[in-house]
Amino acid sequence: MDNAELIGLAKIHAAVKDPDVAHLVIGLNKVITSNTVPGLEVEVVEKSDEVRIGVYLKPEVRVAKPVHMCFGLVQEAGIQKINLDLNIERDSAVDIIAHCVFPNATDVQHLMDAQINIAANARYTYFERHIHSPAGGITVVPKAVVELGSGARFKTDFELIQGRVGVIDIDYTTTCRDHSVMEMVAKVSGRGDDVIKIRETGHLIGEYARGALLSRVAVRDRARADVYNRLTASAAHARGHVDCKEIILDDGVASATPIVEVNHPKAHVTHEAALGSVDTKQLETLMSRGLSEDEASDLIVAGLLT
Amino acid sequence: MGMLEIRNLSLSLNGHEILSELNLDLWEGYVHAVVGPNGAGKSTLAFTIMGLEGYRGFSGEIVFDGRSLHELSIDERARLGITLGWQEPARYEGLTVGKFVQVGSKEHNPEVTAELLAKVGLPPGRYMQRAVDKTLSGGERKKVELASLVAMKPRLVMLDEPDSGIDIESLRRIREAIGLLKEQGATVLLITHSLEVLSWAEHAFLLCCGRVVDKGNVDKIAGYFRDKCVPCDHRNRPELNGALANG
Repeated sequence: MDNAELIGLAKIHAAVKDPDVAHLVIGLNKVITSNTVPGLEVEVVEKSDEVRIGVYLKPEVRVAKPVHMCFGLVQEAGIQKINLDLNIERDSAVDIIAHCVFPNATDVQHLMDAQINIAANARYTYFERHIHSPAGGITVVPKAVVELGSGARFKTDFELIQGRVGVIDIDYTTTCRDHSVMEMVAKVSGRGDDVIKIRETGHLIGEYARGALLSRVAVRDRARADVYNRLTASAAHARGHVDCKEIILDDGVASATPIVEVNHPKAHVTHEAALGSVDTKQLETLMSRGLSEDEASDLIVAGLLT
Repeated sequence: MGMLEIRNLSLSLNGHEILSELNLDLWEGYVHAVVGPNGAGKSTLAFTIMGLEGYRGFSGEIVFDGRSLHELSIDERARLGITLGWQEPARYEGLTVGKFVQVGSKEHNPEVTAELLAKVGLPPGRYMQRAVDKTLSGGERKKVELASLVAMKPRLVMLDEPDSGIDIESLRRIREAIGLLKEQGATVLLITHSLEVLSWAEHAFLLCCGRVVDKGNVDKIAGYFRDKCVPCDHRNRPELNGALANG
């Protein structure tokens, strides 16, 4: 298997061949293939121990088709370090789908450091899809600092779609100015000795800023998950919600720390957290249709992580 | 001899006897109803037949097609053809209506699922991909559950308060779905305190303080329930008369 096969595993053949679709595929710290579209500038600097990526979307450019980024490593061991500097200028819009592919990992580190600026009235979505090895064998540390200008919109969604987690340590901080909207969603299912850490922080500092932090986690076997969500609101009419659900099966362990902080009398933030076993009524309903307890649990967890 | 025979069924929850030496037979292919006031033990009876958690420590016998259910789990009972529709159906984050309806079906045919949804009054184009979550009203979830029960083609289906929380049009749909279940050959047990739902049945049991105190013709049971059951003379529990009369 070589790096080109990352494209196959990520199932982005069509996107890579389409001249109207921007893409960037990086194996370890080298660019394998790339393409861009009018208005979108991508600059890549390859270094021995990291790759630096600058993405710049010009003002008033709306990229019609999602941009595919693929970061991966087919070898069993290695360190991939990505430094991403992304600037989305005013009134522009882009959707990025990031495919993070580590199918054979036994001792891999995938480190991502991102600085993201989304200017006034721009829209940016970032869907991160991970494929790991069946053994886990990977440490994933994505960190991002996101700044939203007035009226900007940002959505990020993290999913592990294949393989085991290994160790994952998500750390995102987003600051929202007036009338901006952010939604950060993380959905992860751990098993074996997987370790899941999710730290998502949102600061609603502008009037009418809105934000939601959503976490959906399931832990089985001896897996452990710690979710730390912090949402602050310090401007009039800022609205926020923190929502964490964690299902614990077998000897899994989960914790949730929702922190909400409101510094303005006209701001409003809510939170809810539910941790525990699969809901008995949900389970018994599915069992009364003939599913075994394990089948019913799997279906409930799959729904939660959808 | 019925397809389901219950003999001397007693069950206590938190030290209170909810079912007390209860005897009941269900005939195959009939729509039966169990009627009685709040707290009579109607839902507990259904939960015990289904084998839900907390309802398995009973004494007596529950026999389905000659086989004791005592040691069987919920899914084992379901695989015999026994199932239950809840008064307040469960909600599932991320589980679609289409998938939920197909859970108990052996066919897993989306066209059949769509047809069933249409029959219970849920346009499939609008509902198939929706999640069975809090965005559905209680009445919508009730219809989704009913579609899932019909898809399962059960042999015995118990419906706990099938009219609870739904409008008149939905009530008509639910009655039609019960007709579908009967056409499939299912035995239906309606758990209710509604005289209208009771009227859908072909045979009824009057439950009081955990016992069957009368059974037979629906009109007879309805008349007794309507005229005498509230306030109830608690003929099986004369010692409670004073306490209940005093509120």
